[in-house]
Amino acid sequence: MTETIIPLSEAKNGSILCISAIEVQGVLRRRLLDLGFVVGNIVEVLRRSPLGDPTAFRVSNTTIALRREESSMIYGELIGGVEA
Amino acid sequence: MSHYTVAFAGNPNTGKSTLFNLLTGMRQHTGNWAGKTVITAEGEFTHNNHMYRAVDLPGTYSLYSNSADEEAARDYIIFEQPDVTLVVLDATSLERNLNLALQVLEITGRAVVCINLIDEARRLGIDINLKAISKRLGVPVVAISARNKIGIEALLDQVERVATGAFITDPMRIIYNDEIERGIAELTPMVEQMIGSKYPARWIALRLLDGDDSLLASLKENIKSKEVPEAKEVIGYGVTC
Repeated sequence: MTETIIPLSEAKNGSILCISAIEVQGVLRRRLLDLGFVVGNIVEVLRRSPLGDPTAFRVSNTTIALRREESSMIYGELIGGVEA
Repeated sequence: MSHYTVAFAGNPNTGKSTLFNLLTGMRQHTGNWAGKTVITAEGEFTHNNHMYRAVDLPGTYSLYSNSADEEAARDYIIFEQPDVTLVVLDATSLERNLNLALQVLEITGRAVVCINLIDEARRLGIDINLKAISKRLGVPVVAISARNKIGIEALLDQVERVATGAFITDPMRIIYNDEIERGIAELTPMVEQMIGSKYPARWIALRLLDGDDSLLASLKENIKSKEVPEAKEVIGYGVTC
């Protein structure tokens, strides 16, 4: 079986991931946790803005947009939607 | 007639202000408290012959992320110590919303959890076991719809029970890993010694371990008579992750 853990920033639109790690530290980490980016939680990649950044994610029943700086530090396992 | 203070806490867009406006009607004015310029609403309402001063805190996802709004909400709960903190949750998004409820319960057990938008949740087929949530959290949990005025009387009855002490709350206590608990055990007596038993020492110790400079600044500001420099030295050896 191939490794399917990728940063959220690399996930295609429509893909669904289970968060496996958050490499962000400090206050920003806290903020991401508060917004629902918690290990084990499910995230759906909704859409990207025209220039490719930021990206909108569906997490805990709310849409949150993250910049690549943050989304590249959050890792998830592809569990559905579009194949990478 | 007794007077109590009720603080309204909740995530943004949970209908917190709808509930606040429903209860206080036109009897409200803009409030402001020491050291912060975050303006919020204050009002009054009565229930069963008790007078309540209602304070609408800024809507926040958390009390930890250091935005001005979150600091204001946190400082109000810690330093003003309302008789009841009413945590308003969105029934359709409980997982995210319970985060704030747990944070409030770590600070104070004098809380009532109010699950708003219950009619919306029912329409979406969401069934909520209030008894189970109340048992786990150790505080009263009431489902309401502020918009359609459902469950308001039951909510106010529970607020009254907590305010008067008729309901003895047993707020859920989160047990952390050994390293963090050791840090808390080490810091808590020092915190108590420095700031007295009026404030939630365990919670403050936890925030110090987390390196929460903003809380440290608020503590210094609010407890002017006593300095807290020693605590920072302890933190230096404490948990960093």
